[in-house]
Amino acid sequence: MCGIVGLHVRDPELYPRLGSLLEAMLAGATERGPDAAGIAVYGDRQRCPEGHSAVSLLGAPADPAADIRRVLPGLSEVTVGRFGATTVITAPVDPDALAAAARTVAPEARVVGIGRDLVVYKDIGNPLELATSYDLASATGWQALAHTRMATESAITPEGSHPFSVGPDQCLVHNGSFSNHATIRRALRHEGIEFDSENDTEVAARFVAACLADGDDLEKSLHRLGEEFDGFYTLLVTTADGFAVVRDEIACKPAIVADHPRWVAMASEFRSLAVLPGLSEATIFEPEPGRVYAWQR
Amino acid sequence: MAALRKSPETEADGGSTTLGEEARVIDLASSSVRELNAELHSPTARRYRVLSPRGTHAVAVGIDDDLDVHVEGDVGYYCGGMNQRGRIVVDGMAGPGLGENMMSGSIRVRGDASQSAGATARGGLLVVEGKTSMRCGISMKGVDIVVGGDVGPMSAFMAQAGRLVVCGDAADGLGDSIYEARIYVRGKVGELGADCIEKELRDEHRAELVELLTAAGMTDVAEDAGALGEFRRYGSARTLYHFTSEHAGSY
Repeated sequence: MCGIVGLHVRDPELYPRLGSLLEAMLAGATERGPDAAGIAVYGDRQRCPEGHSAVSLLGAPADPAADIRRVLPGLSEVTVGRFGATTVITAPVDPDALAAAARTVAPEARVVGIGRDLVVYKDIGNPLELATSYDLASATGWQALAHTRMATESAITPEGSHPFSVGPDQCLVHNGSFSNHATIRRALRHEGIEFDSENDTEVAARFVAACLADGDDLEKSLHRLGEEFDGFYTLLVTTADGFAVVRDEIACKPAIVADHPRWVAMASEFRSLAVLPGLSEATIFEPEPGRVYAWQR
Repeated sequence: MAALRKSPETEADGGSTTLGEEARVIDLASSSVRELNAELHSPTARRYRVLSPRGTHAVAVGIDDDLDVHVEGDVGYYCGGMNQRGRIVVDGMAGPGLGENMMSGSIRVRGDASQSAGATARGGLLVVEGKTSMRCGISMKGVDIVVGGDVGPMSAFMAQAGRLVVCGDAADGLGDSIYEARIYVRGKVGELGADCIEKELRDEHRAELVELLTAAGMTDVAEDAGALGEFRRYGSARTLYHFTSEHAGSY
């Protein structure tokens, strides 16, 4: 199984409620993925202040702030927060520079999220307990997603939790399994793309990141994914300004979308949507097989 | 047809001819779905109202009694699964696997239904007043399904027996690998699935269609000769009954 919930908020009046709404949606997805959970929040200025970048790490040392300041001299506002297995570092610097600094001071740690607007948290365990450890209820912003994992293709580790965030402000979550991920991973490695894990979903995230880096938009990237990847999937993919859903041509994995003037929401199951304000006014539909649905901020 | 005669569908939405008892109310905001189903499996009333389902799975599964169950809201997966004799009405939407493996009785959904509605069902009548998504009637084995709107791709996949009536459109892959079920579609049909073909709609089929639409309460269509004339019939070409390696590319 695995559960997906995502919320793209159009009405700024709802930004303060982003985290509490997503947590309520997550409650409807917990049974689908009791092994692990991760979330991504876009636009929370408490978590990633304006003009700052955020880097999320797994396996980071206890307090890397002093070392980060040493590597990036002149930065006074380096903050470090720990949320379960995830360490979030923010600083007023370019995201790539902050990620490079983090890799320098903590080579054993893994970067699991980078962005100017995005903060990623992932860990293993009960999704609702994890939501508490991430303080999801207090999150604000314009877009967020969460994934609950029932592991099939790789081990239950924080690294194997979703979302997979491999490009700046990008996230991908997956319900299903890819059958030709090893072949595509080899091809991408041949092009010089590095991988963190043997996880099938990471391959999709790297593929989409490569398409976006090539200049494709989100919709085109997901069409290209559909041409290359074999397997079962419902994907929710988010970027600095986008929110997109796609299912494979057989569409065994569930997905339901609600499109409301104030928000767009996607979930594996209806019960995650039932908690949203004004649902009865929303257009509710199930994405058709192989069709890409994309919304832009 | 035996299934239809056993199922007084016209009563399914209100139960005016049932025992006249007060409907027993079960609110899923305060009761668990297990408590609900345990009650329906050893009923102390003939009529039930189920409140606050909010997408809960397995609502009213496994009924084996002459009951009227009115669900007031949206349900999740497998609503009415394995139903025998029960008459279930859902005033809302239904998730995947609606009425899967139903044996008899009836289920009516006032809104839309998700994928695999009526999967493997052997008898009874399943009515979806709105539309359904993919694989409506997958592997149906005798159930009658009437859909007021459209059905999604791959509907009636491997359908073996029973009738599927679609008052709207049917998406691609209709009737793929179908055996002996009969399909009636009023609207547009996408690409037909493997071994599914259009067949002549003769008088006996028109009579069957009228009977099914009437049983489903869609009398406006059943009594409209023009509307009836728009229906077309689909079924099996019977070329894929037995696997041969020459057909490997067709499955």
